[in-house]
Amino acid sequence: MNLADALQEILFSLKQNKLRTFLTGFGVFWGIFMLILLLGAGTGLRNGAEAEFTSDARDSVWLFSRRTSVPYMGLNANRDIRFTSHDLEAILRDIPGIKYASAENPVGSTSRADIVVRVKDRSANFGVFGVAENYFHIKKYQDVLHGRKLNAQDEQLQRKVAYIGKPVADQLFPNQNPIGKNIEINQITFKVVGEFFDKGRNGQMSERIYIPMSIFQKAWGQGQHYYRILTYQPESNVDPIAVEQQVVKLLKQRHRVAPQDRSAIQSHNMVQQVKEVNALFAAINSFIWFVGIGTLTAGIVGISNIMLITVKERTVEIGVRKALGARPINIISALLFESVLITAVAGYVGLVCGVGLLELVNYILKVIQVELPYFHRPEVDFQLAITAICILICVGVIAGFAPAWRAARISPVEAMRN
Amino acid sequence: MIQLSNLHKYYGDKNRQLHVLKGIDVTIEEGELTAIMGSSGSGKSTLLNILGILDHFDEGRYLLDQQEITKLTEKQAAYFRNKFIGFVFQSFNLLSFKNATENVALPLYYQKVGRRERNKKAAELLEMVGLGDRAEHMPNQLSGGQKQRVAIARALVTNPRVILADEPTGALDSKTTQEIMQLFKEVHGQGKTIVIVTHEKEIADACERLIVLRDGQIANTTSKVSPL
Ligand SMILES: Nc1ncnc2c1ncn2[C@@H]1O[C@H](COP(=O)(O)OP(=O)(O)OP(=O)(O)O)[C@@H](O)[C@H]1O
Ligand SMILES: [Mg+2]
Repeated sequence: MNLADALQEILFSLKQNKLRTFLTGFGVFWGIFMLILLLGAGTGLRNGAEAEFTSDARDSVWLFSRRTSVPYMGLNANRDIRFTSHDLEAILRDIPGIKYASAENPVGSTSRADIVVRVKDRSANFGVFGVAENYFHIKKYQDVLHGRKLNAQDEQLQRKVAYIGKPVADQLFPNQNPIGKNIEINQITFKVVGEFFDKGRNGQMSERIYIPMSIFQKAWGQGQHYYRILTYQPESNVDPIAVEQQVVKLLKQRHRVAPQDRSAIQSHNMVQQVKEVNALFAAINSFIWFVGIGTLTAGIVGISNIMLITVKERTVEIGVRKALGARPINIISALLFESVLITAVAGYVGLVCGVGLLELVNYILKVIQVELPYFHRPEVDFQLAITAICILICVGVIAGFAPAWRAARISPVEAMRN
Repeated sequence: MIQLSNLHKYYGDKNRQLHVLKGIDVTIEEGELTAIMGSSGSGKSTLLNILGILDHFDEGRYLLDQQEITKLTEKQAAYFRNKFIGFVFQSFNLLSFKNATENVALPLYYQKVGRRERNKKAAELLEMVGLGDRAEHMPNQLSGGQKQRVAIARALVTNPRVILADEPTGALDSKTTQEIMQLFKEVHGQGKTIVIVTHEKEIADACERLIVLRDGQIANTTSKVSPL
């Protein structure tokens, strides 16, 4: 008995009761369809919330050096504090639980795009930043559009290379691939090795050019290893607040800043925001799971109900088949195969329709260029959806097995008497 | 071919037990055409169902072609039903969603015979029972007599040793009854062992042997030379 034969046998009996087949299928279809939409909406919300964050590692801490506000140890107030490479080394050496630490230095001002960048006849103003090693481990949510990030060799060999944002590439190299092209910053020529997009500050963080810290210091650092900004990411198993306090304390000691001085060294972190968002999504997630499991359960109950009805309705037929020599295994496998077939096909259609609808929503949002706050790119965890279908089928089979088994065991005479 | 000794069958639970077959002893030889008669409720169908391994019995012994049928697993029972026995029911019991050919071919499906060969065999048998031109008809497009012919073709398709028929003409008019009986005699002529339960004298008269049941026991058996 080959599969095609068995399949045809089953299609026969499915055709026999089109409405029931349809209803079973529709229950499963709807369950999966709704589950997909829910999951999609969930990810959409999460993506929306993620968009509110910058491109930095969520637990990263950024330290800014400013002016002192109180005199301390015989030093005046209003003293300009500047971090150095020794500070970076000290943090890594003296404070346990630091995963990465790095630094950033603007050629011009930190916040304004005030450096003229030229390419042949074109020029535009952007921010240019020297960045130390491991910087992109911390600024890790930038999308690399072309080429690559800056790496350790660039730093060690003082390469004149640049990693440029998308608006920079668009303005300096319209309709061209910028990789390998040269740009000129303050009369120094840099080769573009990569293009990125940074969604931070609504994309403003993309209007930047990053170059290795080593070449930055050689060109503009006056030979001294000053940093305007330090950043680090703690290990995930340490208390981020405690580490932050230790780092700030260390830096204050090193620069002789009064412990109570709040303006000289400022630190920023997103621990609180991350916490809140995570709590929100834990709630949303459990809601989705609650509804999702409810939907699945309804689907399963539907399938087992239909199985019971099927078996009851077809008792006479089962009796006849047994009288003609069907073994119990023939009866059971035919019944179960039938329900698996309906479930799998309907589940698959539900999956395709659900994903299709999400894609359509995505497409429409894109075409009409609507940026919904807190809702971006609804997506589905495909594996999860497939798992859901498998669970549905398995439980359907298990639930259907008992009535099928009973039907296959009763004597043909009893079965045919119905 | 068939040997029953001291066969008992009960219905119901311990308290309100119904003793339906009360010690049946009978031997049916290979190639015999036997009729079973008896008043309603005398246990004819019960006996035939036991012969067809469609039902269990409680005491006694059943040998089919020298083989012990007393304690079979479901799987073994299915094998015997399929290979040794062709059953014809009063109410035809065709599957309504299969056409004549597919109905006839069904027992071969459980022998894992391929579709093409199944259908070829089914077509041959439909031809034999005179329904070669109705191969594609669904059961509800066939008359009672035609349905019973399809059922007989189905019973014959696995080339079983024994054909068992429970009031095969009970739902048919007298002309059709004669035709169906004629068909049984043809089959018998090919050497099949046939047992027919019937209420009709003319059917019984057409058989070689008559077993009369009364209240779950064999009242008498008479044999005569085949009218063939
Ligand atoms: N499933 C059952 N449960 C209880 N009693 C049953 C069952 N099947 C049959 N009987 C009883 O067993 C006895 C014999 O029934 P059986 O069907 O064998 O009679 P029969 O000779 O075939 O009658 P008929 O000529 O009406 O078909 C009857 O008294 C009937 O009521
Ligand atoms: Mg009867």
